[in-house]
Amino acid sequence: MTWYARSDTGPRKARPEKTQGAAPTESLWLRCEGCDEVILRREVEKNLRVCPRCNHHMRLTGRERIAATLDEGTFEERDADMESDDPLSFKDSKRYRDRVKSTQKATGEKDAFVWGYGSLGGKPVAVGAFVFAFQGGSMGSVVGEKIARMYDGAREERIPCILFSASGGARMQEGILSLMQMAKTCGALAHFREVKQPYISVLTDPTTGGVAASFSMLGDVIIAEPKALVGFAGARVIEQTIRQKLPEGFQRAEFLLTHGMVDMVVPRGELRDKLVTLIDLMAG
Amino acid sequence: MALATLPFEKPVAELDHRIAELRRMGGPRLENQIRALEDKAEALRDHIFSRLTRWQMVQLSRHPRRPYSLDYISRIFTDFQEFHGDRRFADDESIVAGFARLDDVRVMVIGQQKGRGTKENLRRNFGMPRPEGYRKALRLMKLAERFDRPIITFIDTPGAYPGIGAEERGQSQAIAENLEEMMKLRVPVISTVIGEGGSGGALALGVTDRINMLRYTTYSVITPEGCASILWRDAANADKAAEAMRLTAPDLVKLGIIDEVIDEARGGAHRDPGLTAANVERVINRQLDQLLSMDAETRIADRRAKYRAMGVALEPTREPEERARARTRRRTR
Ligand SMILES: [Zn+2]
Repeated sequence: MTWYARSDTGPRKARPEKTQGAAPTESLWLRCEGCDEVILRREVEKNLRVCPRCNHHMRLTGRERIAATLDEGTFEERDADMESDDPLSFKDSKRYRDRVKSTQKATGEKDAFVWGYGSLGGKPVAVGAFVFAFQGGSMGSVVGEKIARMYDGAREERIPCILFSASGGARMQEGILSLMQMAKTCGALAHFREVKQPYISVLTDPTTGGVAASFSMLGDVIIAEPKALVGFAGARVIEQTIRQKLPEGFQRAEFLLTHGMVDMVVPRGELRDKLVTLIDLMAG
Repeated sequence: MALATLPFEKPVAELDHRIAELRRMGGPRLENQIRALEDKAEALRDHIFSRLTRWQMVQLSRHPRRPYSLDYISRIFTDFQEFHGDRRFADDESIVAGFARLDDVRVMVIGQQKGRGTKENLRRNFGMPRPEGYRKALRLMKLAERFDRPIITFIDTPGAYPGIGAEERGQSQAIAENLEEMMKLRVPVISTVIGEGGSGGALALGVTDRINMLRYTTYSVITPEGCASILWRDAANADKAAEAMRLTAPDLVKLGIIDEVIDEARGGAHRDPGLTAANVERVINRQLDQLLSMDAETRIADRRAKYRAMGVALEPTREPEERARARTRRRTR
């Protein structure tokens, strides 16, 4: 048992998502990556995983995100059992099939996206969220198909659609099939637009690569969380290409706001109310 | 010859060199010797090309002597009128586009353009478009739609450019917008990969009714070097990554992504650009005839359905018996 853990768990050192904050073996304290202070875990969780000292927005799991958004107890998940089938029989140092299995075990999720129906401020919505702890929230066939079904469902029900992104991009182990999920989701989204219901895209840390370069940047409203990293290319790739240091705050939410790429940067504590107001103004 | 030769092309290149030398010497006595050497060269070339690895295919797709978009445009189309600029920021010369004539059909042609030599490559940014390139392409696709002209695209890029300005001006947004807007175009759209199909930067010209690849081209989610440096932690394993990613034209036919593999000249398109262009022209003409016989609504619905069916996933409760690989399909709620 550790006394404290890092606040942001990456794809490799992921702690079980479904038991996060609940398991008795969990440490009482955690260290905030924003201010480096050791804080009572309970205090952070009460505050939607925003550091009460420095306002650093730590990552939420997909389910935490949906729970923090919808009216309590209204979430009805769809396509919960969909999982990857390793279409390329991909193998690097490990087989993709085995990687998926171990990530499933570690996270308690089948893949990197959770979606379903629920109500927000009493109104029905379709909502989906990435699970960053599942292989960096990477988009393969399962994620792409679920997102397309979410748009299809929202179109058929004629209800607003809210998507929370947190992804490093496409899932390399599904090769070209992953790339084509960008086109597939955008096709379903184009179809959804016909019903004149709002599509709200919320960019959380991080939203990059093929996920940024498709549905995430196509919201009727695009909201980013404070300091969220959002961009097409990774910082390392850019630095290697142009051989110069990147400016302070590059590819952060505030940078995107300044450059006209997002509509607003909204702190997590205000997000739910903001979504209710936006849907009220735009829908129906 | 000072022109670039790939390592596996060397044995044949040496024979070619000897043949050229004998030719220079001339004389009827050498004719038989030359013919024998030519046969030998052809046989050797066919042998080498019948067993290319995926990594060798990657190298061919990037061959510095490969024909680029403008080489195909000049051979396939007439009256090409290049249009410039996105009307917002700049003209991105890594994408060329304009109206042209394909036999008697007036079309819009758009292609990613690499440069030959350092100077032109700097101008063309090595075929890596910035947001303004994608916005120019979209502007002209919309223009084509308004004038009811089919759109023919050529894909040849290592990827969208990763740079500070490109990020500031919304590289992600530009690519994303093309994906959605291409899905809705009312005119026929055909894309052909003529070299490298590099990730989202390629797909931004590739949401089309028909997708073709020349035989020695690749289309992938990330470069083999990029994939290797992440998954193998060393870009030197690019050959392994290329094998694992299955990024060649025959691979993509098997995966149900592309419609057709277009044959190149023996030994690759660079050995006979004219013949290769004729093959491309034949396929595009046939596909265009077919697409023009459909109405716009059918084409759009088919296009959307085609991409909607791409991907493989398991759904135990949906297919209780099979529990096996099945194409994900449209949900019926
Ligand atoms: Zn803090």
